[in-house]
Amino acid sequence: MLFTSYEFLEFLLILFLLYYLLPGKWQWKLLLAAGFVFYFYAGPVYCVYILVTILTTWFAGRRIEAERDKRDIWLKEHKEGLSKEEKKSIKAKIKHRTWIWTLCCLLLNLGILAVVKYTNFVIANINGLLKAAGSGKPLDFLNIIVPLGISFYTFQSMGYIIDVYRGTVEAEKNPFRFALFVSFFPQLVQGPISRFGDLKKTLFEAHPFDRQTVALGLQRILWGFFKKLVIADRILAGVNTLIHDADAYRGAYVFVGMLFYALELYADFTGGIDITIGVAQALGIKVTENFNRPYFSKNIKEYWNRWHITMGSWFTDYIFYPISVCKPMLKLSKFSRNHFGEVIGKRVPVYLSSFVVWFATGIWHGASWNFIVWGLGNWLVIMISQELEPLYQKFHDTFHVRERFAFRLFQVVRTVLLMSCLRMFDCYRDVPLTFRMFGSMFSEGNWNILWNGALLNIGLSGVDYFVLLIGLVLLITVSLVQRKGSVREKIGRLPYWGRFALWYGLFLAVLLMGAYGVGYDSSQFIYNQF
Amino acid sequence: MMEELLNILKDLHPDVDFEKEEHLVDDKILDSFDIISVISEIAEQFDVVISAEYILPEYFNSAKALYALIERLEDED
Repeated sequence: MLFTSYEFLEFLLILFLLYYLLPGKWQWKLLLAAGFVFYFYAGPVYCVYILVTILTTWFAGRRIEAERDKRDIWLKEHKEGLSKEEKKSIKAKIKHRTWIWTLCCLLLNLGILAVVKYTNFVIANINGLLKAAGSGKPLDFLNIIVPLGISFYTFQSMGYIIDVYRGTVEAEKNPFRFALFVSFFPQLVQGPISRFGDLKKTLFEAHPFDRQTVALGLQRILWGFFKKLVIADRILAGVNTLIHDADAYRGAYVFVGMLFYALELYADFTGGIDITIGVAQALGIKVTENFNRPYFSKNIKEYWNRWHITMGSWFTDYIFYPISVCKPMLKLSKFSRNHFGEVIGKRVPVYLSSFVVWFATGIWHGASWNFIVWGLGNWLVIMISQELEPLYQKFHDTFHVRERFAFRLFQVVRTVLLMSCLRMFDCYRDVPLTFRMFGSMFSEGNWNILWNGALLNIGLSGVDYFVLLIGLVLLITVSLVQRKGSVREKIGRLPYWGRFALWYGLFLAVLLMGAYGVGYDSSQFIYNQF
Repeated sequence: MMEELLNILKDLHPDVDFEKEEHLVDDKILDSFDIISVISEIAEQFDVVISAEYILPEYFNSAKALYALIERLEDED
């Protein structure tokens, strides 16, 4: 059920009515049922996968908690007669057992994710090698359907089990409440990847109808629809033309396509997240923000702290830190210090761990080499920028331009261009083709297409460009106003006629300027496929 | 020992007053790369391993909190 479909709007309407008519203690149960209806609608077989994740993760969490409770009771009962060493040994034994439960849960669920998502990628690579060796019959691809949102709900569940293992959250006793955490429908298909400790604060509470909260939620949904339908789906026609016939659109067309795709992806993903957070807010539930005006970042490292924030923090907390500070890594760091000097030794944990993280980030986005190269491209840019830091510092000590508007603007333009270049791997979905297209920007010399009307023949009319321009100006304006607090709250302080005009205007804009009808199919959200 | 810890931190950000600063993580003075460098230096100089479960803002927001964590982990050893 696509967020931008009529079915979803009907589903939401019925849900909101029932939700606020029911007594508070039944609301979360209704949300659980709604989650499964939503998921069942996408494909009944998907429900089996999500149920396996829910049950195994909940059970492992309970076992970890039970082991700890047993340890605490035993230690309390034998407090007097135990030496420090004996206590330490018992704690270590129980910790090992809790680790076994955690590991089994991780292996099973990440194993399911790996099998459904990456088996055909592995087969394709094996076939490639067989072909290169000139031997054997190629292996047949498996007919596996990737369950909707599996990357998101698996990561969310695995974050939970690691948090329970680390003791940062208590294991949920009620399997149905845990099932709601995993299957909360607004965030099921494209995140954010919530933490149990954050989401549970409002997920299970009773939420009496509050006009202002519901209104704020609906306003956010409307803004999400604007981004998705007016900007992302409209520019899609142009992006598709430029990508699908790549060799016919080289040089300056590549530059245009690169920027168009960056805009499409931003409007599509942030629009989808706006709808997610808006739906949750209208239900009285607080979901973690996933974006913080990423294109206003000074550099790529900062960009990744502001784009898809929950995915970035997941990778940092559950992959980057554990790998960086594990004993073998610290030993390797020590070895490198002793043999290659301080400079290299210090860098080993950071470089290796972030390499693994960016490889994982790439392959999480899709089972193909273009995503892996995209991930590692990000890693390379971040590492180069890290190494150039002393040089930047010298530059700033000499020229004192850090706070100048022109320099800030340069940094923003640099971030937009760098990220857009890297996204070309995602856009063309073919590594050699991406390099070829990138190279053509410097060799074709057809920059006159920017003003000779050629851009009116790529599936976008003058009206489309006009609508996109309005959309872009609105996006930038909202982002600039957001720097000083919530835009919706600011609008809420306007007189009645001002509020009415703004929200009604946005509603009309979605209706009149959204990409519907012949030639337009409200497309799937890009991040649904991850 | 506190002096050594302050030196490790100052090596990363010479311009920060680590004796007074109490929001090193919350104010984004220390990022994830800095935290890993600090942990690696602590392992090297104090022979104390700070595992991933302790990488929380409450332990890294100030030099004092980090020092208390090192002492606690040393004691547990």
